[in-house]
Amino acid sequence: MIAEYGLLALIMGLVSAVALTFIPLWGAWRGNIAAMHSARPLALSLFVFCALSFALLCVSFLNDDFSLVVVASNSNSMLPSFYKFSAVWGNHEGSMLLWILVLAGWTLAVAVFSADLPVKLMARVLAVMGLVGIGFISFSIFTSNPFARHLPNAPLDGQDLNPLLQDPGLIIHPPLLYMGYVGFSVAFAFAIAALMGGRLDAAWARWSRPWTNVAWGFLTLGIMLGSWWAYYELGWGGWWFWDPVENASFMPWLAGTALVHSLAVTEKRGVFKSWTVLLAIATFSLSLLGTFLVRSGVLTSVHAFASDPDRGMFILAFLLVVVGGSLVLFALRAPAVDSDIRYGWLSRETLLLFNNVVFLVATVTVLFGTLFPLLMDALGQGKYSVGPPYFNAVFVPLMAVLVPVMGIGPFTRWKSDDPKRWHKILIQGVIVCALAAGILPWLGGEFNIWVALSLLLAFWIVAGLVADLRLKAEGRSTIWHVVKRQTPSYWGMVVAHLGFAMCVISVVVVTQWNVERDLRMAPGDTAELAGYRFEFHGSSGVQGPNYLADEGVVTVYRRDTRVAELRPQKRQYKASGQVMTEAAIDAGLWRDLYVAMGESIGTDGAWAIRLHYKPMVRWMWIGATLIGFGAFVTVFDRRYRKVKVSAPQGVLARA
Amino acid sequence: MAMHPKRRKRLFVVLAVVVFSSIGIGLVVNGLSGNINLFYPPADVVAGKAPVDRQIRVGGMVVDGSVERSDSSLEVRFAVTDYAGTVPVVYSGILPDLFDEGQGVVAAGQLNEQGVFVAHEVLAKHDENYMPPEVAEALESAGKKL
Repeated sequence: MIAEYGLLALIMGLVSAVALTFIPLWGAWRGNIAAMHSARPLALSLFVFCALSFALLCVSFLNDDFSLVVVASNSNSMLPSFYKFSAVWGNHEGSMLLWILVLAGWTLAVAVFSADLPVKLMARVLAVMGLVGIGFISFSIFTSNPFARHLPNAPLDGQDLNPLLQDPGLIIHPPLLYMGYVGFSVAFAFAIAALMGGRLDAAWARWSRPWTNVAWGFLTLGIMLGSWWAYYELGWGGWWFWDPVENASFMPWLAGTALVHSLAVTEKRGVFKSWTVLLAIATFSLSLLGTFLVRSGVLTSVHAFASDPDRGMFILAFLLVVVGGSLVLFALRAPAVDSDIRYGWLSRETLLLFNNVVFLVATVTVLFGTLFPLLMDALGQGKYSVGPPYFNAVFVPLMAVLVPVMGIGPFTRWKSDDPKRWHKILIQGVIVCALAAGILPWLGGEFNIWVALSLLLAFWIVAGLVADLRLKAEGRSTIWHVVKRQTPSYWGMVVAHLGFAMCVISVVVVTQWNVERDLRMAPGDTAELAGYRFEFHGSSGVQGPNYLADEGVVTVYRRDTRVAELRPQKRQYKASGQVMTEAAIDAGLWRDLYVAMGESIGTDGAWAIRLHYKPMVRWMWIGATLIGFGAFVTVFDRRYRKVKVSAPQGVLARA
Repeated sequence: MAMHPKRRKRLFVVLAVVVFSSIGIGLVVNGLSGNINLFYPPADVVAGKAPVDRQIRVGGMVVDGSVERSDSSLEVRFAVTDYAGTVPVVYSGILPDLFDEGQGVVAAGQLNEQGVFVAHEVLAKHDENYMPPEVAEALESAGKKL
């Protein structure tokens, strides 16, 4: 009966979402205060029912209720219980329920923290969230019911969770990613509510900004975890494949990055309003598009659990309603003429506009590369695939033109600035960057022009941040005085930009200096790679909770010192019979050593072995973590906590 | 005549957008040319419809009993079929976990003059029940022809 209660709770969630959409909207339209105030309790009710439904699905998984189709197809009685738990979202139906839970969670969060919002705005924001809820809950109930039963013949045991998903990283990757994807619905709801009310001002930007930053931070962390997981779990040692599904999460991130920056301009200066609203709509639409691409089965990937044309059509229709409806509303209600506030050629506004253009072009090119094969297939032009070289050819130059501007952005003044104010400090920065780019690559053993360029760019970002502090300290006794006065939103920016600099270095260094070899190794064989000696000692059988494995032993020496002993595995899972490579990695801040086993060859105990030397690969994930962390830090800014209705004048005055 | 500052700003924005979208389109076109790989079913390859020495993808079922591994290197030879044509494939390196005889695979590489497909990448999907859609469609259309 647990499953039936779960479905009932989900239906009650749908009822709550319908009520949450229509009652407050009606209230805002007719000026009925009571109806508007019903939004917050209804948001709570939505959350409670969705959480209950999700909890009951978890219980079904933990109790091995194989009469449920999703449990039977994605779990097994031998599966360790934390993987039974993560198996809840290791499948299409359950992951949609997780999506709904996250949406209900964000809705509740908005309801809880909206005490200071004007009641009409609060009612409209929550109603839009409710509307999104209706779309996804009905999608779940009508096309992907997680509580469907195998009747009358329930299997005795399940088919097991895909071994690739039996991994700690996969327990948290989807929830984090969804926190990001779905979190953009808050920015979207604020944008739509503002369009409905016809009030687009700095206060609106200030309200929606912390939500957007948090969602963007979660999405950053989610993508980072996905990349890390692909690196250690897929056994290829790659960290980004430009796989359509990766792109599906990367496009909202790119648009979200533009949004985070344009919101800053709208809040501080009251310009780019229509643009910001459009970006908020675009970002959430790209999140929906990502869901469509991943869930409809039009893409082939580890994430495409099942293809079902009904599902694809449902999300596509929903996407069209959301995009079409928002754009119509935008056309009708967006402020016809942008404000009279002026800014000069060299001003922070212009530089942030540049940021927006770059990220938008990046979004569009990734979108094009992702949709091109689908388009050609739909037109009957054959089955194409667009590979990483396309994305690299477009993306790398774009980032390279972005960074020079990113360096001077933080210290350039709003309105207009004069380079005379900072050119001396900047020249010092340039000298430091040039020295770093000229000297540091030699630490890698040889000079490499691309590594030098990446160092130049990364140090340029850092130099810009240092120059900013120095400029702020001018005329003051100590720099410490200045450091103490900066706000959390400032430090969040600094941390995120530093993280980006780390990513730039890491991506280029690991691409240029990565060494990779596939070779045949018999017991006793050694191989040299990037100054390390790998010695293979043969393999033996080991037994895991739900798999059998061949475990190889490889010791690694540098000169004659033993550095690491690595034990890669080739596993065979008992329930599904699926074979999987478990790579062994000796991780370090400066380099990773990576060993994976292919297959056994011949009769002398030899294996096909893949060896990798990956310099500074960790910097990428550390950098991405800093970016996400920086986004969270901004929320602690005091000005977001003291949001009052009378804010707009104050904002403009302070800017 | 001096332009109105507001108009000048607008002109600047429009110019920036034009310049950037041109750069973007240029990069896209440049990136696309030579980086898109068309898929050919084995029947088309056998019929001589696939280009030689160009990046393409070929996929089908791995023929039972066709996989030959070298004892001294990582070279593997196998054949893929859509039951209307069979293409020999040679690959040097580590095959994916789900590669097996009777499974659907997609290989990326070049066809040589002798009609052997020299693969630099072999993809088998992440799930044992999963059939790459190109392969599924190739099998289906070959089935119709028979």
